[in-house]
Amino acid sequence: MSVRVQAEGFDVGMELNCFAQTRTDIGAVVSFTGVVRDTSGDLKEMQIEHYPGMTEAAISKIAEEATTRWSLADVLVIHRYGSLKPGDPIMMVATAAAHRAAAFEAADFLMDYLKSRAPFWKKEVKTSGAEWVAAKEADEDALTRW
Amino acid sequence: MNVMYFAWVRERIGIPQEEVETSAVTVNDLIAELKSREDRYAAAFADTTALRVALDQELSEFDAPLAGVREVAFFPPMTGG
Repeated sequence: MSVRVQAEGFDVGMELNCFAQTRTDIGAVVSFTGVVRDTSGDLKEMQIEHYPGMTEAAISKIAEEATTRWSLADVLVIHRYGSLKPGDPIMMVATAAAHRAAAFEAADFLMDYLKSRAPFWKKEVKTSGAEWVAAKEADEDALTRW
Repeated sequence: MNVMYFAWVRERIGIPQEEVETSAVTVNDLIAELKSREDRYAAAFADTTALRVALDQELSEFDAPLAGVREVAFFPPMTGG
């Protein structure tokens, strides 16, 4: 299991090439990459704030739960903070399991929990001004699925 | 104890963290104390349904006791991912 919270960018291809490389009992690797989206056409930057210490602990807890529940062979979570531009990757998760159903479900679970249980806050800086991104009720509701 | 503020809570109060001497029994008591200090605290804590609290870096409840807690953090609902 690997959890990284970092300001620097990352290379999704390289991360996936290295992921779970030493295991030969894996039949499925699933990955998700979150990207900064410009919904209004005037997004200059996305500022991501986090709670150092709690962030790593919260993500690790979520990743450990996924590992146990879906018997994952490996989990990778990378989440960035700081100033990002439209099109920049914000975060990625990768899951490795014997079969694809477990890998897909675990990745879905990780994303749902990272959305509303990892202490990150996004602020959109547009030409018209800056605004904190509000949490969606649907994101909180999504947790009841699990 | 160390009290931390994130996102718009930090912006409204104007500082990221501070040392607070308090005998507040619960999180709600601490909020009441802070609100009575200055308008900027009253503004930040006006609607606690829009806030979340973490005690020693664990998500918690507003009626939770503060005994033994070293770090309290207030922030809006998280928007990770």
